Amino acid sequence: MNVFALLFVVVGLGLIGWLTARARAVRFDRGGQKRLHSLPSQHGWYVAMWTVLPALLFVAAWTALSPALIRDQVLKAPAAAQLSDFAFERDTILGEARDVALGRADSTFDPTADALVAPMREAIAFYGWTGTAIAILLAFAGGAFAFSRISPAFRARTRVERGLMLILLVASLIAILTTIGIFLSLFWESIRFFAMVPPQDFLFSTHWSPQLIDPNNPGKSLGAVPLFWGTFFIGAVIAMLVAIPFGLMSAIYLTQYAAPRVRAWMKPMLEILAGVPTVVYGYFAALTVAPAVRDLAVHLGMPFASAESALAAGLVMGVMIIPFVSSLADDSIAAVPTAMRDGSLAMGATNSETISRVLLPAALPGVVAGVLLAVSRAIGETMIVVMAASGAANITLNPFESATTVTKQIVDLLTGESEFDSPKTLAAFALGLTLFVITLLLNIVALRVVKKYREAYE
Amino acid sequence: MTDATPLSTATATGHKMSARGVNVFYGDKQAIRDVSIDVDMDHVTAFIGPSGCGKSTFLRTLNRMNDTIASARVTGDIMLDGEDIYSSAMDVVQLRARVGMVFQKPNPFPKSIYENVAYGPRIHGLAASKVALDGIVEGSLRRAGLWDEVKDRLSDSGTALSGGQQQRLCIARAIAVDPEVILMDEPCSALDPIATAKIEELIHELRGRYAIVIVTHNMQQAARVSQKTAFFHLGQLVEYGDTDNIFTAPKQERTKDYITGRYG
Amino acid sequence: MSKRAAPAPAPERTPTDWKGAAMQKRIRRRYAAERRFKLFGMLAVILSAAFLAFLIATMVANGARGFTRSEVALDLDFPKMGLAVDRTHLSTPGADLALSGAGLQDKVEIAAESGGDHSLAANSAWITVRDAIKADPSILGGKRTIWVPASTALEMGARGEGTAAAQADASRLRSAGKLRTGFNWGFFTASNSNDPVAVGIWGALKGSLLTMLVTFLIAFPVGVLAAIYLEEYAPKNRWTDLIEVSINNLAAVPSIIFGLLGLAVFLGTWQIGGHSFGPLLPRSAAVVGGLTLALMIMPVIVIASRNAIKGVPPSIRDAALGIGASRIQVVFHHVLPLAMPGILTGTIIGMARALGETAPLLLIGMRAFIVTAPQGFTDPATVLPVQIFLWSDEVSRGFVEKTSAAIIVLLVFLLAMNGLAIYLRNKFETRW
Repeated sequence: MNVFALLFVVVGLGLIGWLTARARAVRFDRGGQKRLHSLPSQHGWYVAMWTVLPALLFVAAWTALSPALIRDQVLKAPAAAQLSDFAFERDTILGEARDVALGRADSTFDPTADALVAPMREAIAFYGWTGTAIAILLAFAGGAFAFSRISPAFRARTRVERGLMLILLVASLIAILTTIGIFLSLFWESIRFFAMVPPQDFLFSTHWSPQLIDPNNPGKSLGAVPLFWGTFFIGAVIAMLVAIPFGLMSAIYLTQYAAPRVRAWMKPMLEILAGVPTVVYGYFAALTVAPAVRDLAVHLGMPFASAESALAAGLVMGVMIIPFVSSLADDSIAAVPTAMRDGSLAMGATNSETISRVLLPAALPGVVAGVLLAVSRAIGETMIVVMAASGAANITLNPFESATTVTKQIVDLLTGESEFDSPKTLAAFALGLTLFVITLLLNIVALRVVKKYREAYE
Repeated sequence: MTDATPLSTATATGHKMSARGVNVFYGDKQAIRDVSIDVDMDHVTAFIGPSGCGKSTFLRTLNRMNDTIASARVTGDIMLDGEDIYSSAMDVVQLRARVGMVFQKPNPFPKSIYENVAYGPRIHGLAASKVALDGIVEGSLRRAGLWDEVKDRLSDSGTALSGGQQQRLCIARAIAVDPEVILMDEPCSALDPIATAKIEELIHELRGRYAIVIVTHNMQQAARVSQKTAFFHLGQLVEYGDTDNIFTAPKQERTKDYITGRYG
Repeated sequence: MSKRAAPAPAPERTPTDWKGAAMQKRIRRRYAAERRFKLFGMLAVILSAAFLAFLIATMVANGARGFTRSEVALDLDFPKMGLAVDRTHLSTPGADLALSGAGLQDKVEIAAESGGDHSLAANSAWITVRDAIKADPSILGGKRTIWVPASTALEMGARGEGTAAAQADASRLRSAGKLRTGFNWGFFTASNSNDPVAVGIWGALKGSLLTMLVTFLIAFPVGVLAAIYLEEYAPKNRWTDLIEVSINNLAAVPSIIFGLLGLAVFLGTWQIGGHSFGPLLPRSAAVVGGLTLALMIMPVIVIASRNAIKGVPPSIRDAALGIGASRIQVVFHHVLPLAMPGILTGTIIGMARALGETAPLLLIGMRAFIVTAPQGFTDPATVLPVQIFLWSDEVSRGFVEKTSAAIIVLLVFLLAMNGLAIYLRNKFETRW
């Protein structure tokens, strides 16, 4: 049975459990002998919980485990005897057979897979129905157990609340699990990568050409320094040269000068700028900005300027970051007590003197943290560079030349057709790990600075 | 309303600051009604009254700090040396340099002690050289009675000082621009009694050089430091006169009630 | 009044001459600096606004035409075309195969070229004809005029652009009543195609819808429950700190990293107890995209929900506890309903972010060429932003306006969502 249908049935059983238990509890009450500890609906929830939760946990575990069981069963079939012992090839063929069996594909590529379709279909059906049966059985058993326990004296509310608390705790643990999941998956694939490519080659060598990997010495063409430079140059230099002055000055103007009416219109405008999807920025960069930048370069006497210049991508990325810098600067300036501003104005300072000599220095930690977060966001930005930057790995200081970034290379490496175990594919995970670690460090430092800064004024 | 001191334009010109018929509005709400008062050099003038009576609001009109509140509107005349401070000819930046202000809560800038004091002279260009600036900083800190306590740590942050020291630093900061009038808005309300005593002592010493206006909710303090006292109630100036007279023989019933503690 | 005397001069300083020429000049300079500063601020805001306006104007200028399309009337004499097709097949699912097998595409092209040496109908015109035959097989018995999409060249001509020949064709056909231009409904009902004239966003839109549904069903309950736990029940210890730190950091992790996570976890090869088995979930499917995006926006929802819960005054909790409600009841009966507007605002903003997201979905393979809209959560699917990305790579001129038109649709959705969030925020802002 389809997993979604199964979930539906289980939840339906839970609802039935809720209704019957509540009906029963209502009848306790009518006896009028004792006062119930819990409300009828709480008895209902208790039964519903016991009906649904064990079954759900089982379904989750079964979904994860059954592919392995199915596979074992299929391999026992006579048709599987001629399968290669080579794991990768075997898995590919099994995968084809499964796709056909599930109706995801019309026909197989490999004739050996054809013979496996029938056993595969059988195994899938067998384990599918077994799982369904066990899940429904569990739902009934759980429900019956809970139903047998409810009585006028039963403390259903306490039990339900304990169960609910557990659910809350598990929900909050998902954040940690995600973090661990990210780290482990990146780390694991990176370990495999560094088994093939020496880390020093990857981190310090300056030649990057993943299209031409020498299988005997993959490290020779997988030196990521040009990528790191390109990422830094586009995200932390060019983009910030746009985003910092514009973001900071618009925050200052909107908070210190603009009339309330202007502010009421301009702040949502900046929010819209922040809400434009990156793919739209990327398209705009590639369609409009990049040709203009190239024309400018030609004008400036660079006839062979790239149409995929670092400048075009960096400029648009900078504009994308403006609202981000602006809103963080806004927060930090707003956090400076008004007493500072009054103190300076009362000395006869002009507005601009007050802002540049008192408010900004006082807000500096917050602004710096905001810039760090902005850099972290810029170097992690993908679509703009995928669409507007070049794939050519150059180390250059000329913004009109092309440069490539870590994120663009990750996408390029993973969207071509290549096997999962090649150094080329795994390099994407090593790049991802580098990016993750750097952005994580930037965020931790920034959040710490912000926290210290907040404490200073509280 | 103001029947303590006879007022006429003839005498008004001789005062350092004089206000005539001042009204202050916040949006539709009138916070100050028809206040006329004079402030003299060499005097400490105290504004007293129950909280919310408008004394701080009125103080802030004297150096146009109310300008920073968008909804605030001031009518009437306020003169500084016979010049209307709300006229277009008066430059607000210069006005505030001439009429300094010390706030209720000490608000040193998050800069070094030296930079706090040097801030005003720097923005107004009062010091021609580093040596001159050093002189101004030292002189201001000395007059604020803080020099001996901080002379060895001028580069420490101003926010690291104790509350009383911070307030004296703010006074030094105000003195550094060489103002003619110093407005103090409950300068001791956030301080302990010892720090308060020091500030009061300082006010005594400063009296000879500046016209000082102090807002206080503490009547003993007003009696101790001021020569003139103005009693505000519900946005109106009820009584203004020599401090001794106000506290010993108030003319108005309301003043008497307040001073004897019947309300407020 | 006897005390009044001349102001005592400060011993070590001469009084400042505020009226002096030097001081006046200095003041003027300071005010000029002030004006300059203010001007820079204004310029920063205006240029940002101008950029946004320019971006939107570019998209509208390019995309407006994506919403209209010209159609040309094609006179087809079916018996003459000699379509060798068994009519009984035409009402079965094999109809498409039967018709293309009978060479319908070539025959429609020949018919369309009859007017001149270049085709007036789009490459995909035969699909319109095919659908017409399927709808009513009896038309095969005679002559019939069918409106089909115009070719890119004729489309340009109809707008008064393109080559002189195309413009001449267009005006000739229009005066003959054989060319019409109207709203391109096909753009909203069709899916991807190689022919820019025939493409539509329905497939991508439905993919987005399915993906967002998965994202919402996972991220919303988990995010809100986590926020409740952290804000109301979590003990203050190192574990709680760790959870908070991970949430704050996850909110700032680049989206592409979540794509790598999805690729490795949901689509990677697992080794458990000596068994290695393939992807947990099918590649390119809405369920994988939805899960990945759910992990991505969960921190956003948690943070927004915590702020909303924090905003409920403690007095309401005290009041409920005071009449004997349990801590769970306090939260679920009193705090949560009051915090709901804030939670929903945060959720909508998170969902808008997910709806506009591209990079992680590229990595998990949601860039499939989708000719028919996905029917379920496990079918191969793509989403609107990825569709935009894919079209942006096409060289054909016709795709530029389709890309921009798709961007306009995406922006309308996002603006509506953000507008709703802002409306909710303003409407329910602090009721206490």
